[in-house]
Amino acid sequence: MSTVPTIDYEKIKGVHKIPLEELYTSGHRTCQGCESATTMRGFIKAAGSRTVVTGATGCMYVANTSYMTTPWIVPWMHTQLGAGGSSAVGMAAGLRALKRKGKIKDEKINVINFSGDLGAGDMGIGGISAALQSDYDLLIIMYDNESAANTDIQATGSTTYGAQTTFTPPGTKHPIMQRRWKKNVAGMLAVGHPTCRYVATACATFPPTDYLNKVRKALSIGGPTFIHTYDPCPKGWDYHPRFSNELGELGIKCGIYPLYEIVEGQIIYTWDARKTGKGRIPVKEFLTKQGRFDHLQEEHFTHIQKMVDEMWEEWEFPGVAPIKGILKARI
Amino acid sequence: MARALLTGNSAAAWAARLAEVDYVPAFPITPQTEIVETLARWIHTGEIQARMVTMDSEHSMLAAAGAAAATGARVFTATSSQGLVYGFEMLYVLAGLRAPLVLVNVSRALSHPITLEPDHNDVLAARDTGFLQFHAESCQEVLDSILMAYRLAEHERVLLPAIVNLDGFYLSFTREAVEIPEPADVKSFLPGFEPAYPHLSGPAPLALGAAVLDPALYTFFKYQMHHATENALALYPEIAAEFAGRFGRRYGMIEEFMLDDADYVIVMTNSFASMGKAEVKRLRREGKKIGLARLRLIRPFPHREIQRVLRGRKGAAVIDQNISVGKGGILFSEIASALYGLPDRPPALLSFIGGLGGRRFRPEEFDGILARLEAPPESPEEIARPYLLFSDEECRDVGRYFSVASGEEKSHEA
Repeated sequence: MSTVPTIDYEKIKGVHKIPLEELYTSGHRTCQGCESATTMRGFIKAAGSRTVVTGATGCMYVANTSYMTTPWIVPWMHTQLGAGGSSAVGMAAGLRALKRKGKIKDEKINVINFSGDLGAGDMGIGGISAALQSDYDLLIIMYDNESAANTDIQATGSTTYGAQTTFTPPGTKHPIMQRRWKKNVAGMLAVGHPTCRYVATACATFPPTDYLNKVRKALSIGGPTFIHTYDPCPKGWDYHPRFSNELGELGIKCGIYPLYEIVEGQIIYTWDARKTGKGRIPVKEFLTKQGRFDHLQEEHFTHIQKMVDEMWEEWEFPGVAPIKGILKARI
Repeated sequence: MARALLTGNSAAAWAARLAEVDYVPAFPITPQTEIVETLARWIHTGEIQARMVTMDSEHSMLAAAGAAAATGARVFTATSSQGLVYGFEMLYVLAGLRAPLVLVNVSRALSHPITLEPDHNDVLAARDTGFLQFHAESCQEVLDSILMAYRLAEHERVLLPAIVNLDGFYLSFTREAVEIPEPADVKSFLPGFEPAYPHLSGPAPLALGAAVLDPALYTFFKYQMHHATENALALYPEIAAEFAGRFGRRYGMIEEFMLDDADYVIVMTNSFASMGKAEVKRLRREGKKIGLARLRLIRPFPHREIQRVLRGRKGAAVIDQNISVGKGGILFSEIASALYGLPDRPPALLSFIGGLGGRRFRPEEFDGILARLEAPPESPEEIARPYLLFSDEECRDVGRYFSVASGEEKSHEA
């Protein structure tokens, strides 16, 4: 493991304690109500200025970093759609080599990659897997707006079951075309990489400061780490931009997007409906607030509710890994 | 200076060692793997200080290479064939990022059908990417070319990545006597990499690889890359002369073999040029005025050197160890474009395809090439088309395979 000095991060207790310094500033062209912009702004606030960022191709590349208009106050580099994990490894390796040769100061420099769900969860998952097996300090954040949002909203492996996208339009013959259940990226990466010491899911705005502290925790624990964020997208999910924060919260409260962190192999639920006394809200309440589900019929809502119930009631590690138990075979 | 029997792959590893590379992202593929295996061994014995990471694919390997180079580290990596084309997207990206790393490609013909032996469709597919390209004939030349490639690639007026190509099997696994230069001499020829421009180690903000949505800006950056290759062409003689002065081996952009009074010239590249040279010697003994030009530097393309070497000759034959299906030989087209418009260009310029998938040349093929140069075809179709080298014996063999496969004939060897 790394022997370089670490940065001592304080836990952010309450929104009034969030650092005021902006390292992701003006100069971007993200949509009104873009939750991913909040996710971006948040991680760099939490990480601080001694950070280098690689950004994979996606809406948050093109909308943020066109020539002469970077919003970044830290070093930033583009990488290809499927190259999030590998760019972080290369960056960390290069920095370590320079430190060893005395060419740069031997201080902690955070390496963070920011990739979307198509980049990180589909095309680049092999590279992220390799990165999570490396011995470098790096953090990969997968911002999940559940679509290829840069190319006019196409379904990805992370799109919610039943959602309308330009690749999955509802039709008369097939009432829904998106019949794949959302890929379980964080759970899959945690289960598949025993030496990865920190994997979390998060949402930039709910619960307040939870996401920022997860970023700090990942960077403090060190080694290769991974955070999956849930980013409502007004354009792709089809709702009024002022509801982004609310939709993130509803997605978590209905249980379709479980919020947890896995620290050194221990699961900590960071929002647990089972402990609120109120239970999960009905999934339909979350779905009907979005235009992308306008075409769903009652049977679809029932099916989605059943699947979400199963995640929480039948999975051995609720919401994390789709293992329902051990089959006791007779020998 | 030590003299040792080295394979082409070991020679490549020695060059990376002498260049004191910082970082080696890796992924295995035959026949390249031995290069990184050798480096891995040296890393584990502490003989070199480089860091090495095994990635999940060549695409990731090249992405990691580019990110590391962007921090200011000296990066080395190697691949071959399918690996090169798997990482293809990144080749354009690395060149566009102006990341001056060295990538060794051990040539191997491309699938399908899958095979192991060399031709140059893999490396020549990368000719438009912005990588500089050195093509080596011997194991010594592999080692020397890598050192020269770093020197040229890292020059602040160039700043482009470089490919050094060697043929799979014929060089990669063939031992030759190689002079391993003294580390101190290499260090004075190739000091540590000091990036001329701000790099990504911070703390100053820098955005690298921003989207350029203005067509004029895009064009500007592409032209900049092209101008950088022109600078490389201008710097090459100086660097080659310094190399020769220090190590005693002189490398032109083109190697001129028995060309002084040659009427006819065979143009070849890489290790199969050794076979061509043997045939040229034989034909010389038979009184033919023939020579061989071996292209060493393919990007930037040395068109002025091509003109100098080929003008005034009676004929030239380009033997392409590649096939652009539907067109013919890749290098033939490039050489023809360099000569067109020269009043004293060779009146006969013919294209031959051979050596695909490691197919060896036959002596009589060189007789045939010379005969066609001496009495060139006159019809427009004949002048433009490539000749596909294949023997009657090989035709018969293939026919036999087909009849065995279709059940018409039983294999006698079965």
